[in-house]
Amino acid sequence: MTPPTDKPRLSREHMLGLLKQMIRIRRFEAKCAELYTQEKIRGFMHLYDGEEAVAVGVIPVLEKRDRIVATYREHGHALVRGVPMTTVLAEMYGKQDGCSRGRGGSMHLFDRATNFYGGNAIVGGGLPTAVGLALADRMRGDDSITACFFGEGAVAEGEFHESLNLAALWGLPVLFVCENNLYAMGTALAISESETNIQRKAACYQIASEAVDGMDVIAVEAAARRAVQAVRETRKPYFLECRTYRLRAHSMFDAQLYRDKAEVEVWRHKEPIVRYQGWLEANHLIHPEDLARMESEVAAEIAEAVAFGEAGTWEPVEQLTRFTYAEAAAQADR
Amino acid sequence: MPQEMIHPGTTELTYRDAVREAIRDAMRRDDRVFLMGEDVGRYGGCYAVSKGLLAEFGPERIRDTPLSESGFTGAGIGAAMAGMRPIVELMTVNFSLLALDQIFNSAVTVRHMSGNQFGVPLVIRMATGAGRQLAAQHSHSLEGWYAHIPGIKVLAPATVEDARGMLWMALQDPDPALIFENVMLYNMTGKLAADAGPVNIDKAAVRRPGRDISLITYGGSLWKTLEAATVLAGENIDAEVIDLRSLRPLDDATIMTSVARTRRAIIVDEGWRSGSLSAEIGMRMVEQVFWELDAPIGRVCSAEVPIPYARHLENAAIPQVPNIVAAAKAVFGRA
Amino acid sequence: MPSLGADMEAGTLVEWLVKPGDRVKPGDIVAVVETQKGAIEIEIFEAGKIEQLLVGVDTKVPVGTPLARIQTEPEGPPGAVAAAPPPAAPAVPLATPPLVRAPVTPPSPPPVSPAAAARARVSPAARRLAEACGIDLSTVSGSGPAGAIVYADVERRLGEAVAPPERKRAPGLDLDAMRSAIAAAMARSKREIPHYYLAHDVDVTACVQWLTRTNAARPPDDRLLIGALAIKALALAARRFPAFNGFYRDGKFEPASAVHVGVAIAIRGGGLAAPALHQADRTSVDELMARMRDLVQRTRAGRIRSSEFSDPTITVTSLGERGVETLYGIIYPPQVAIVGIGKMVTRPWVIDGAIGPRSVVTITLSADHRVSDGHAGALFLAEIGRLLQEPDKL
Repeated sequence: MTPPTDKPRLSREHMLGLLKQMIRIRRFEAKCAELYTQEKIRGFMHLYDGEEAVAVGVIPVLEKRDRIVATYREHGHALVRGVPMTTVLAEMYGKQDGCSRGRGGSMHLFDRATNFYGGNAIVGGGLPTAVGLALADRMRGDDSITACFFGEGAVAEGEFHESLNLAALWGLPVLFVCENNLYAMGTALAISESETNIQRKAACYQIASEAVDGMDVIAVEAAARRAVQAVRETRKPYFLECRTYRLRAHSMFDAQLYRDKAEVEVWRHKEPIVRYQGWLEANHLIHPEDLARMESEVAAEIAEAVAFGEAGTWEPVEQLTRFTYAEAAAQADR
Repeated sequence: MPQEMIHPGTTELTYRDAVREAIRDAMRRDDRVFLMGEDVGRYGGCYAVSKGLLAEFGPERIRDTPLSESGFTGAGIGAAMAGMRPIVELMTVNFSLLALDQIFNSAVTVRHMSGNQFGVPLVIRMATGAGRQLAAQHSHSLEGWYAHIPGIKVLAPATVEDARGMLWMALQDPDPALIFENVMLYNMTGKLAADAGPVNIDKAAVRRPGRDISLITYGGSLWKTLEAATVLAGENIDAEVIDLRSLRPLDDATIMTSVARTRRAIIVDEGWRSGSLSAEIGMRMVEQVFWELDAPIGRVCSAEVPIPYARHLENAAIPQVPNIVAAAKAVFGRA
Repeated sequence: MPSLGADMEAGTLVEWLVKPGDRVKPGDIVAVVETQKGAIEIEIFEAGKIEQLLVGVDTKVPVGTPLARIQTEPEGPPGAVAAAPPPAAPAVPLATPPLVRAPVTPPSPPPVSPAAAARARVSPAARRLAEACGIDLSTVSGSGPAGAIVYADVERRLGEAVAPPERKRAPGLDLDAMRSAIAAAMARSKREIPHYYLAHDVDVTACVQWLTRTNAARPPDDRLLIGALAIKALALAARRFPAFNGFYRDGKFEPASAVHVGVAIAIRGGGLAAPALHQADRTSVDELMARMRDLVQRTRAGRIRSSEFSDPTITVTSLGERGVETLYGIIYPPQVAIVGIGKMVTRPWVIDGAIGPRSVVTITLSADHRVSDGHAGALFLAEIGRLLQEPDKL
C-alpha cells in the first residue's frame, strides 16, 4: 500500500471517504445484479467489481467544471461524480425519472449537471468525443480538462490512435485513463496486443504517461493528482494506465470460459476494498463502528434508490419519438 | 432584360465560391464556428472550397487534420457538445464511411440516449457524386443512406443560392446536419444577389413549374432534370421540376401537392435504386397520393454497379438527360 | 382491314391492343379502327401469335389490307413453339461513348394474367374521380398508355355529362363521318327500297303487370324494361317470319340463319348507330336487358365490336322515351325490315264489351316490298303482339 505520508494533506475523513465510495459502488452493483436476476433491470449490464479504486481514485481529483467521458461500465464513475444513485437506478429500471429519462439504460448514463458525457457503448467511441470537448475548451481558452475512461480493449481500435494523435498534435487537455483489466470481454490482453505494456503506446504520440496499480486507491489518487495537475498546467494530454482486474463476469450473461477460477482467486486477494480496509485497520485509521455506520448509510441510500426506481414512471408510449431532434426547450438550453 | 438591371447588386460566382462565402460569413458572424478537415488549410481544400480562408482566420479556426476521419469527426462532435459550432469537412462521401461510427453511434444518438441533455450542433460537409472519372472509391452518392437515419438533417444544395445560404441555417440547427455538395457543381456559375444570405432548409423548391408530370430530384441531377424538362417541352410534355433541397426531413407537402396536380411523377436520384431515397419518395407517394395518380411512378437512378472509371461507362452509370426524357415519356406510354 | 359494312371502303387504324409476340385467341380484341361509323374494335378469329404489325397507328388503309401477320399454331404445349430470336445486342460505337441505356427502366407493365387482361386499365386518379361523380368507367375511353383511362378522360366525360355541348365529339367517334355514312345509307335506302308501312296497337298491360311483379324483388340495376320484352318478342316473331330477317343483295333476298337484332342508339352530338344483339331469339330476357345496357354504354363511348356493327339482320327503333307514340323507321340496307316501338300510353280500351284503362304501345313495321307484302307484314306484327300477351313465356 502506498504510504499515506506521500499525501500529507490526506485527512482521516478523506481516507474514510475513499473507502465509503468504493463500498458504495460495490454494494450498489450487488443490488443491481440482484435486481437484474429479478428482471427489474434488463439489457446489457456490466459491473465494476474489483475496479472501483480507479473511478474513486481519479474522479474526486477533478474539478466540477471538468468533463468526464466514460464507457458502458460506468455506474461507479457516475456515482462518484455525483450523479444521484436514485436517478442512476431509475435509469436502469427504464423509468423516465432516470438520469437519461430511461432512453439510455445501464450503458448510457448521462448527466449534464455534473458534466458527465455518458456511458459510451462503442469501444473506443468516446475518445474522439473527449478530444472534441477538450478542443472546445482550448479554443475558448477555458481551463477545464476532460477525463476520458476506456478499457485496454479500446487500445486496439483505430479511434484510440487517432484520438491520442489529435490530442497531442493540437495540445488538448485530455486525461486519458486506461482501465486495464486484462480482458476485452473474453479476449486476454496478451492475445490482442503485440505490445502489452499499454502505457508505452502513449510515448508514440509524445504523450506523458504513467502506469499505476489500479487496485490501490491511494496510489491511483496520487497518480491522478499528478496527472490532472500536469494536464491543467501544460494544457497537454496525459496518459494514465490503471492496472486492475474485473472480478465479476464481463456482463451478466458470461460463463467466463476464458479464464481460470484460480486466476480470479489470486486477484480477489488484491481487490481494492479488502486491501484498503485492511490497511486502514492495520494503521488504526478506522474503527468497527465507522465501518458499520458506513455500511448502514450505504444500505439506506441503496434502499432509497430502489424505492425511487420502483416508484418511477414509465414514459408514455405517445412520447416515443421525442428526443430524436431538439425541442424548443433544448434549443434554449444550448 | 439583363439580370443586372433587375438586381443591381447581383454578382456572378461559382458554386465553390458560394460555399466559401458561406463559410467565411459564418466564421465572421460567430466565433464559435470553425472549419476542420483534411487539407482544408494550407492546401486550400481538396476542391479548393476553403482556399484563402487560412490566411484570414488562422490555423486554429481553419484546422488541418491528419487522415483520421473518425477522430476528427468525433472531435467535432465533442466540440459541438461543449458549445462550439464546428464545420467538419470530409473530402468525399466515400471517406465519410471511415467516420460512420462517430456520425451514427455518437452524433445521432447522443441527444436521445442522454434523454435530451446533450445535443450535437455539428455541420458535416462532404463532396458527393460521380462525373469526374474518380472511379469506385470517390464517386458515390450515399446521401440516401444518411437520409435513412433519424436524428440528423441531410441537405443537398443544388444552386449557388443554396450553397451560399444553407450553411448558416445548418449551423443554427441544434442537431447534426450533413451537407452534400455534388462535385459536378463546384465549377458551375450562377448569379447571386450581393446581399444574399441564409435560406430556409425545410422546403423543397419548384425550380420549373409544369402541368403534366413532376420530376423530383436534388443536387447534381437538378440541372440534368431541368434540361430534360426543356426537351420534354418540345414534345408537348410540360414537366414540373422539384428540387428536394432537404433529403431529411423530406418536404412531403411540396412533393405531394405537385404530384397531386400533375398526377405523374419521376424521381431522379444519383443514388442506387435498391433500398434508396427514390424508393422512399415513391412509397410516400403511394401512401399519400395514390388516388391522385394517373400512371405508375417512375425512377431514374444509378446503375447497380460501383462507379467505373472509363468515361463512357461512368456516364452510362448515372442519370443523364436522355434517360430522364425517356422515363418521363414512358409514363405517357410514349417511346 | 376487315370490311365492317357494305359501304366501308377504308379504315384508319387508331390503336393496337396487341404487340408482336402476344398470343391471341378467337374473340380477342386486337385493334381499334376508326371508320366513318366510329371507332370499332377489331376481333380476331384465329388462334396464334402476333408475328408482326403491318400497319402503324393513325394509318388509313383500304379494306382488305393486311393489318398484322399472325403465326397460327396447333394447340400444344408452350414448349413446342419456337422462341423468338433474342434482340441483337446494341453495338457499342467506338468513337463516341454511348449515352446510357442501362439505368433507365421505364415503368414496365406488370405481368398480365389472363384474368387481368380483360380488365380495362384505369389510373387510381381516374377511378376515384369516376366513383365520386358516378361515372360508369365503361363509358369512358382511355387516352393513357395501352388505352388506360386517366383522370383527364373522366374529366372530359364528366364535362359531357354535365353540359352536353351539341358539337362535342363523343370519344372515339367522328360524328361528321358518321353523319356522312347515315346520309349515304338512308339515301340509298329511300332510293332503292320500296318501303311499305304498317302500324299495330298492342295492349301490353300483361307485360306491365309482369314487370311490376318481377322487378319488385330486384335492385334497380337488375330491373327489366319493357323494351327487352319487345325485342325478345320481335326476335321470336322474326324467326317465324323469315321474310323480315335477312339481307337483300344483288337482286335477291337471303334469309338469315340467326336473328341478330340491331338496336338503333342515338349518340350525343348527332350520331346514330345500330349495333346488334346477337341471337336475340335465343337469349333470355334478363340477358338481353344486360346486353342492351352494355351496348348502349359502349356505343356512346365509341367502342363497338366489328361484328356487332356489321351483322344485324333486322333493326328495332324506338323514340318512346322522347314521347313519340308512332314512328316509321327507314330500313338500313341491306336489311329488309325495321320495327318501330312507340311510347307506352294508357288508353281507354274495350275488353269483353267493357271499357277500361289499358297500357298500349303502337308497334310499326317498315318493310321491303321487294321481299314481302303487307299481308305478311300484318301477320308478323300480330305475332309480336300475341307474344307480348304472355310475357312469362318470353
